[in-house]
Amino acid sequence: MAHHTIPTRVYYTIFFTLMVLTGLTVWVAFQDLGAWNDVVALSIATLKATLVILYFMHVRYSSKLTHAFIVAGFLFLVILLAITMSDYLTRDTLIAPKAWDLM
Amino acid sequence: MSTSVFKPGERQLSDPGSGPTENYLNAGFSAKSWLLTVDHKRIAILYLISLTFFFLIGGLFALLIRLELLTPAGDLMQSETYNKMFTMHGIIMVFFFLIPAVPAVFGNFLIPLMIGAKDLAFPRLNLLSWYLYIGGGLLAILAIAFGGVDTGWTFYTPYSSTYSNSNVILAALGAFIAGFSSILTGLNFIVTIHKMRAPGMTWFRLPLMVWGHYATSIIQILGTPVVAITIVLVALERLFSIGIFNPKLGGDPILFQHLFWFYSHPAVYIMILPSMGVMSEVITCFSRKKIFGYDFIAFSSLAIAVLGFLVWGHHMYTSGQSIYTSMVFSILTFLVAIPSAIKVFNWTATLYKGSVSYSAPMLYAIGFLGLFTIGGLTGVFLATLAVDVHVHDTYFVVAHFHYIMVGGAIMGYMAALHFWWPKMTGRLYPEGWARFSALVIFVGFHLTFFPQFIVGYMGMPRRYHVYPEEFQILNVFSTAGATILGIGYLIPLVYFLWSLKYGPRSSANPWNAKGLEWEQAGSPPETFNFRDTPVVMEGAYEYEPKIWLK
Repeated sequence: MAHHTIPTRVYYTIFFTLMVLTGLTVWVAFQDLGAWNDVVALSIATLKATLVILYFMHVRYSSKLTHAFIVAGFLFLVILLAITMSDYLTRDTLIAPKAWDLM
Repeated sequence: MSTSVFKPGERQLSDPGSGPTENYLNAGFSAKSWLLTVDHKRIAILYLISLTFFFLIGGLFALLIRLELLTPAGDLMQSETYNKMFTMHGIIMVFFFLIPAVPAVFGNFLIPLMIGAKDLAFPRLNLLSWYLYIGGGLLAILAIAFGGVDTGWTFYTPYSSTYSNSNVILAALGAFIAGFSSILTGLNFIVTIHKMRAPGMTWFRLPLMVWGHYATSIIQILGTPVVAITIVLVALERLFSIGIFNPKLGGDPILFQHLFWFYSHPAVYIMILPSMGVMSEVITCFSRKKIFGYDFIAFSSLAIAVLGFLVWGHHMYTSGQSIYTSMVFSILTFLVAIPSAIKVFNWTATLYKGSVSYSAPMLYAIGFLGLFTIGGLTGVFLATLAVDVHVHDTYFVVAHFHYIMVGGAIMGYMAALHFWWPKMTGRLYPEGWARFSALVIFVGFHLTFFPQFIVGYMGMPRRYHVYPEEFQILNVFSTAGATILGIGYLIPLVYFLWSLKYGPRSSANPWNAKGLEWEQAGSPPETFNFRDTPVVMEGAYEYEPKIWLK
């Protein structure tokens, strides 16, 4: 596997960005955004995780095979969340056919 | 796929005792040479010894459960003790025997040998995996010593989070740590299979055992972290009252079941896929025939690995899960039957017109074929929503999963143990005793678990130590069968130990089998497996002689 040499300023930039985003998370936590509270907090966290994976874990410079495994990991996370949410979103919906309506 | 019969650099070691004088077993005799070894074959032996220990402990709990169920009254132990018995049986057997069994012993030993490599990609990580497994196992043993756990092996909330004693934390931590062993083993296998194949060992020349382990490793890597995080969430709720599963704190107990089964259903495929790999090796060797439908068997392993992640909710039909989600899970569960059936039909087709011989590994393999089919088909009953509501939490379910786990996974493990024992130890075991024990296990297994299908269908619930008198006769059959099964497992323990000292020395290839581990490595193999890197010129199962017509 070819080792990509990454200039240290990239690491410093990413580190600085992560610190700024952490500060942003703290600031947002004190703002009342109503239903958007969770959305904003999770979006910032996702952005931070993406930066860590791409740069600190060197995925951006890795082979296509590594990319395939990373994507597969996230695909399975989506499966976990999507099917679990399908339970929560339909649990209280009960549309049973009523025999007397059919008669 | 190449059909060439010429293999340059082929080194046949077929005469008895012609194995290399220096091999991995006599490379060092000190405790240090074993406990700090990075040789994949020695680590496999360490796993074999520790797994046997845990199998005996788990089996002891099973014996006590069956003894209690001999009579309808709770006369041997109290209900709480009984709860602990089936919990510890489940935890030990699932996390410390079935999940690691075939990959940790035979995957470790054979993958580098089968692909023509000197070792796994990360030998030190491999040793760390064993230590993590032992660390997790010791915590589970401590949990037993401190009085045991009674939540069931599934650690369902709120039993595990609100009502349990602190031993739950120990046992769950044990499973958590053993999980990391599993993740690291899977990672090691995937990198090894991608990066360390010998020249000419293309993906479609790989033995199907390797494909089976590749699919298993994907599940280990993608699934195990989820159960690890779930255990951490239970700990966070217990320690810091963060509401995740407890409704009082705003949580949802069914969320635990989603997260738990997202791993634990695919974990069933971690148990069975490696044994399916063993089946492909053994069936071809003892039919003297190329496997039928190589590509289909290879891809069906991957299909099982992927589809296995989409079906977890079939454990939750009666939990309060949405009825619509249950319907979707029911349909998806039917789909898993397809790749499983592809395998069974292909193995059967391999037997057709083969030159079949009934050596001990083949008896276990044929046993697997029948038992797995019964286990699989009863799984289709259980996938059906309406039937499952009737038999959920009855002995029908207990019988079904034992047909898969014992009849499938352990039969495969026993087949592998007999097939590769000469390769691992350089000694032959007594064939007559081995065939006898295979028959004893087959009979004992059916007598134990078939009555449970009937008693379960009649309505006997699992996890109770008292039951109505009309169920007694079937439970007596079951307990008698368990005794026979127990003896069936003890016989191989005795003759394998005997063969280590007194067994005749094995040739490099006593079964006249195909594969690099048989044709190019000694019995037992030397430390770095091959003197020269093998060059592979043909597919994995070229058993049939070629007739060249001009």
